[in-house]
Amino acid sequence: MTAAALLQSIIASLPEIVVVTGACILLILGQLLRKGQEHLLVSASIAIVLIAALATLMLGSEVRPAYSGMFIADRFAVFFKLVFYLATILTFLLSRKYADIEGIGSSSEYYVLLLFALFGMMIMASATDLLSIYVGLELMVLCTYVLTGFMRRERRSNEAALKYVILGAVSTGIFLYGVSLVYGLTGTTQLDAMAQAVTGDPLDPGLLLAVVFIVAGLVFKVGAVPFHMWLPDVYEGAPTTITAFMSVGPKAAGFAVILRVFLNPLVAASDVWIIVAVIAVVTMALGSFVALVQDNFKRLLAYSSIAHAGFAIFGVVAGGQDGIASVMLYMLIYSFMNLGIFGAVIMMRNGDFSGEVINDYAGFAKSHPGLALLMLIYLFSLAGIPPTAGFFAKFYVLVALVERGFVMLAVIAVLLSAVAAYFYIRIVMVIYMREPERVFEPALTPMVRATLAFTALGTIGIGLFPAWFLGLAQQSASGG
Amino acid sequence: MGFPLLSLIIFTPAAGAAVLMFLRSDDAARWTALVVTVLDLALSIVLLAGFDTTTHEMQFTEKVPWVPALGITYALGVDGISALFVFLTALLSTVSVLASWVAIERKVTAFMASLLAMQALMLGVFLSLDLFLFYVFWEAMLIPMYLIIGVWGGEGRVYAAFKFFLYTLAGSLLFLVGVIALYFHGGETFDILALTALDLPFQVQSWLFFAFLIAFAVKVPMVPVHTWLPDAHVQAPTAGSIILAGVLLKMGAYGFLRFSLPMLPEASLYFSPLMLALSALAIVYGGLLALAQDDLKKLVAYSSISHMGFVTMGIFALNLRGLEGGILQMFNHGVTTGALFLFVGLIYERTHTRSIADYGGLMKVAPVYTVFLALFTLSSMALPGTNSFVGELLVLSGGFAANFAVGAAAVLGATLGAAYLLGMYRKVALGPPSVGGRFKIRDVNAREMVAILPLAAFVLWVGLYPKPFLAIIDASVSHLLTEVHGTEGGQ
Repeated sequence: MTAAALLQSIIASLPEIVVVTGACILLILGQLLRKGQEHLLVSASIAIVLIAALATLMLGSEVRPAYSGMFIADRFAVFFKLVFYLATILTFLLSRKYADIEGIGSSSEYYVLLLFALFGMMIMASATDLLSIYVGLELMVLCTYVLTGFMRRERRSNEAALKYVILGAVSTGIFLYGVSLVYGLTGTTQLDAMAQAVTGDPLDPGLLLAVVFIVAGLVFKVGAVPFHMWLPDVYEGAPTTITAFMSVGPKAAGFAVILRVFLNPLVAASDVWIIVAVIAVVTMALGSFVALVQDNFKRLLAYSSIAHAGFAIFGVVAGGQDGIASVMLYMLIYSFMNLGIFGAVIMMRNGDFSGEVINDYAGFAKSHPGLALLMLIYLFSLAGIPPTAGFFAKFYVLVALVERGFVMLAVIAVLLSAVAAYFYIRIVMVIYMREPERVFEPALTPMVRATLAFTALGTIGIGLFPAWFLGLAQQSASGG
Repeated sequence: MGFPLLSLIIFTPAAGAAVLMFLRSDDAARWTALVVTVLDLALSIVLLAGFDTTTHEMQFTEKVPWVPALGITYALGVDGISALFVFLTALLSTVSVLASWVAIERKVTAFMASLLAMQALMLGVFLSLDLFLFYVFWEAMLIPMYLIIGVWGGEGRVYAAFKFFLYTLAGSLLFLVGVIALYFHGGETFDILALTALDLPFQVQSWLFFAFLIAFAVKVPMVPVHTWLPDAHVQAPTAGSIILAGVLLKMGAYGFLRFSLPMLPEASLYFSPLMLALSALAIVYGGLLALAQDDLKKLVAYSSISHMGFVTMGIFALNLRGLEGGILQMFNHGVTTGALFLFVGLIYERTHTRSIADYGGLMKVAPVYTVFLALFTLSSMALPGTNSFVGELLVLSGGFAANFAVGAAAVLGATLGAAYLLGMYRKVALGPPSVGGRFKIRDVNAREMVAILPLAAFVLWVGLYPKPFLAIIDASVSHLLTEVHGTEGGQ
């Protein structure tokens, strides 16, 4: 690699460098902080992400391949990185008070690990080689393993982390095995070269096997059936802020990779979509039906996130320009509404009150009409009722599906989302139509308020004025 | 584009709902809601006054791009079919606010806000000229209505609210897929007028017809997807019932008129026997069910199913008299059944029982109430001189022209109507006085009178001089018929 090429590569990956450098500095500075200065950690972390965001936006105007074909900074990556920044910053805002309540916030590790996870996700969005995808993926999941078990004295948290590590390691192994098969058969790990090999006719059964393994590895990360088993336990056991983060950031990162790998025009022409369509239907069905019987709010949101992953995979099935854009828009909108509802769950955690059981919210609307209204907005958005953004996200996926002639899949998708609507409006029912059994003391700090207000604004705003966001997603989907 | 009157009509109640969220006092909320609904009623009268009855073209149109990348526009307009319902919505919303004045005791501001939000969305449904916009309004209505039934309803309100929500949602989601399919068949546009001009292959029309049918049939409701209605009506607060019966049920029929007939004419013609049969079934079955009810509200609810059967029958008779009768009957049913629910609500507020067996001899206790109840009961059974007579007569003559057996079934249904309505009136109003175990209740007061009088006026006005109402819908209906039957014209 020449010096000029190296310089170009460094420029292309500037946001990543900012995040990882910032995280390292924070790790050292964190040791010097005295008690009572923890808020500086939050401010510093947010500042790092904002600088990275600024760098991303400044570099976003052109396509920059880097590191000899391992990495690319294009509009597609920029879009996903913005979603990651959003998820990370909102997680930081939600974390401050919650971390105090749970007793996990005094060290800088929590914030540093989140930044490293962000770094991993950013690599995933930009990776154009199976190996760089692997590096990003591992970096991200290693951080989330640790964060899941961050409540050291809590049994559930430890159990969740252990489950997550074991299953995650297995799925990574499967993924790597697929990568090694690809390398053995084609002599390359680059996506473009691999795509050409996959569609080479007649289809090599070995390559098909390799693709299936890689699909399995990736599908694990977005929590799609049949690799979803870890998700409810991990979501329930992890600190709620980390659950919120995982349900949005890593999931979007998983979709970024899936889109890169499988919507390469050459792969899209092969018949891989049939497998993906089956995964989409089964995932959505399982998520929607199992969520019906959940009593724990976090578990319910875990299954809801499985169902949403299923819906987004329908967008992958549709493929093409609109299909890609629909998944991207879905991820953006999902980030707003899901972080919003998690923000509400996090806010309820105060003192000895866990706020994790759905019935804990009984009659919440009576004493806190404003907060209840926000929850109503998030829940109806998750259910996909207009005029919220959640409706537009689903609508656009359906448009992409019907455009490609998959009308039956669209019908299945809407019927399953009618099932899913039930458990969201059941929560609305508990909030609005039950009598309160206790006095609510939500842990409302200005940061939590800001998060809730911002996510609600996004959820309603994108719903009412989707044109700009749609344009952004469509432009980003076209790459260049 | 001139003055955006239609947007103003939609957003006045929406703005009112937003203002209400910041009010703390219950009385302020009531008065604000009343002022807003009256203002909106005035605006809708301005609309009718400026309405040109000589053309079927859309009037007062507005068009602003909304999501240009997908061909979605914010397009509004009104024609003869929608004009009456804009007025009806504004009128019944005002009545609803008056009906909930004292009936709603808890969370008054939230209730009034939901009611106004509901009004804005309903008006939006009738005024949309873009399918996407229409769908947004149509579906968003579920949110306030779910809350109105679920929070302020009776004992079984939660079950009823769920049932209402899920039935309607499942129906509309298939409609959504149909809408998207239509979007691609129509060259990527949601413009209702452009889609109306399409000439789709019969196969496509049939599929779309059923996708649309599910959504609209649930809303109307047609037998056999009517089972949410009795629950929702019985549990909803009075205002909720008035809105449900008066406006919401009309939306299904409006959907047939606005989408199924003009966009899918061949399928509509082909499936009209099926639709007529379902309508006849609804008329008779609804009537029989109403005959067996002891609960006043349930009786009116089942009578709604029967009456809406007349509406769908008129529409799918696909001739001028049937269609005009159907549309007029939609308006009449809104006024009359809205009034009947109001009356059930009034008596329930006083006695807290809805069981017919608990009542008797109301004539002696509350004479004014009973006289007006008689008027609306007679109107509901289509006595000559009242509004429903005109509507049902037109529907029957259209129905007989389309299919003799169906017309005959409808006559049977009308007879059943006389049986259960007169039976109800006899038990409640005549005989020895007994009012929920008591012998004295307050008669209608001035506020209630204000709510009742306009409805009574429309019962008589349409009954005695229906010409202005028919004039409003005439041009649009004639045009609709030419669209359905092709160039050779109706009849």
